[in-house]
Amino acid sequence: MNEATPLTLAALGGVVSERSGVVNIALEGMMLMSAFTGYVVAFQTHNLWLGVLAGVLTGVLIASLHAALSISLMVDQIVSGFVINILALGITGVFFKGFLQEASVAGPGVLPTWQIPLLSKIPVIGPILFIHQPITYAMLLAIVLIQFLLFYTVWGLRTRAVGEHPLAADTVGINVYAVRYVAVILSGGLAGLGGAYFSLQQIGQFLPNMTGGRGFIALAAMIFGKWKPLGAFYACLLFAGAEALSGRIQITGVHIPFQFLGMLPYLLTIIVVAGAMGRAVAPAADGKPYRKA
Amino acid sequence: MNQRSRALLAAVLLPVISVIAGFVVAGLAVALSGSDPWQSFYALFQGAFINPRALPETLIATTPYIFLGLGVALGFRAGLFNIGAEGQFYIGALFGVFIGYNLHGLPAIVHILLALLAGILGGFLWAAVPGILKARFGAHEVITTIMLNYVAFALVNFLINNGPMVDKASSAPRTPYIDPAAQLPILASGTRLHAGLLLALLAIPVIWFLLDRTTIGFRIRTVGFSPTAARAAGISVAWTLLATMGISGGLAGIAGADEVLGVSHYMPPSFSTGYGFDAIAVALLARSNPWAILPAAFLFGALSSGSRFMQFQTQVSADVISVVQATVIMFIAAPVLFQWIFRLRRAPAPAIKIASETEGAAL
Repeated sequence: MNEATPLTLAALGGVVSERSGVVNIALEGMMLMSAFTGYVVAFQTHNLWLGVLAGVLTGVLIASLHAALSISLMVDQIVSGFVINILALGITGVFFKGFLQEASVAGPGVLPTWQIPLLSKIPVIGPILFIHQPITYAMLLAIVLIQFLLFYTVWGLRTRAVGEHPLAADTVGINVYAVRYVAVILSGGLAGLGGAYFSLQQIGQFLPNMTGGRGFIALAAMIFGKWKPLGAFYACLLFAGAEALSGRIQITGVHIPFQFLGMLPYLLTIIVVAGAMGRAVAPAADGKPYRKA
Repeated sequence: MNQRSRALLAAVLLPVISVIAGFVVAGLAVALSGSDPWQSFYALFQGAFINPRALPETLIATTPYIFLGLGVALGFRAGLFNIGAEGQFYIGALFGVFIGYNLHGLPAIVHILLALLAGILGGFLWAAVPGILKARFGAHEVITTIMLNYVAFALVNFLINNGPMVDKASSAPRTPYIDPAAQLPILASGTRLHAGLLLALLAIPVIWFLLDRTTIGFRIRTVGFSPTAARAAGISVAWTLLATMGISGGLAGIAGADEVLGVSHYMPPSFSTGYGFDAIAVALLARSNPWAILPAAFLFGALSSGSRFMQFQTQVSADVISVVQATVIMFIAAPVLFQWIFRLRRAPAPAIKIASETEGAAL
């Protein structure tokens, strides 16, 4: 569940963004930047919550850049996402070396674990669901919220309409650009929270490239979950499980090369994208810039 | 000024201004992180050109960028976004090193050729997977190539860390050294500059010829321009995509093998420092023009070798070149941004169009 937290948050971000028709391979960069700023703010203010907030805001900021580049400036969405990923790697690398490397002796610590009274005492599911750190709770909440927002509200309907057929949506008076901006920015906020997980909930430190490609696993989970919040969550649990298992095998020294388990998420995704196991269908206008006539 | 020379000027000016902008943004980042940007960039320049052996090292780094940049650019021309160059580079190196250390007693020329061909084969096969998936099932190559990168890293990690390709005589996880006969000859004594550079320089006209003067090149460009039109004209889009992906992978593969045969002479598990990803930037900077790959690759080679010295000399992280790269691509890919900043009447050149029209995409 812990490993699945940042994956799920990023995957939810992917779902929201792609449902509106904007491919977001920048999730990785957003998480990395947020992990960094979250840590810096928490370190400077000695307040972990401000750190989390800074992480989310960073995600929002970078998502705005992605939105501006890909929606307004019509940069290819993949190029834009790619740019953001290397930019995040570069900036965090430079500032890490400039500031943090010496300073990171005594970090701000990690977010506390919250036990929900009574509920956590339920056998079996109690400890699984109700003894967690805050970002994990936020993740669980976000799944429900995004599922509800996307499929049971006018906003969700509009977002999905824009992702499927922007011209039609435009014709009936929906502002395609505005809808996409909102979706991408929300996506950034979610990824930002996911990024804060790494530095503030998991280890209480920032390390260069600490997200280690999890933004891409999240992307895989999103596809595996067929662009649905709940589906993406299950996929994240599966992928996180594979990762945890490969770690454990490495320790016990069973003679299955642990790397093969590590490949699992990627191979599963390839199989799913190729259309086996029930075809995963992307939103029809996913990846296509919309140019208002 | 007539239309043609204006277009040429724009084609030169845009990249140059983009690179300058890249350094300005990176300089700001360096200044904000508490270092002196002038001093850092001077160290970068020293490390790339001035120091003893700096230029050969820059050329060594340029070599894989040429191969990989050509590969990615070729993909772009067909509307394919090959983010998998890094993985194909790894597999190419893996195949190359395998031939390199398993065969003995061959004449050097034969051994080198075999190992390079093995590298091409490795990259080709690894790229053929997303190629087939795209051509047959419409699976979007961006997703499949990203995923295959990670599969390649894990595979290489397994084979070289705890698998059959470990050199048991070494304490560090790596493959055995390749046979001396498989080593690429050194071009200038006292340096590490190897003959791979010549191969890379040779690859540029070859790819240009392929793209501009052959039927397959015409097909590639037509499919990239409009798959629908290509199909209407009787071109098999699926085969063209598959072939493009394969050749692109082959170029990445030879880059990997070349790196093993020319520089390291063995293969460690973490083999590349992201050459395959930088290559995407190289191809974008060159606007997918094979000739323009040369200056673009040289720039990236200089950045890469210079940044190592800079990191050593000043307290500035070598990651700063990622900031330069990101800014450059942003400018190149967004002519509107360029236009807006410099208040030009018209965009200097059309935007790069990638994969936006490929059909059956399931990203």
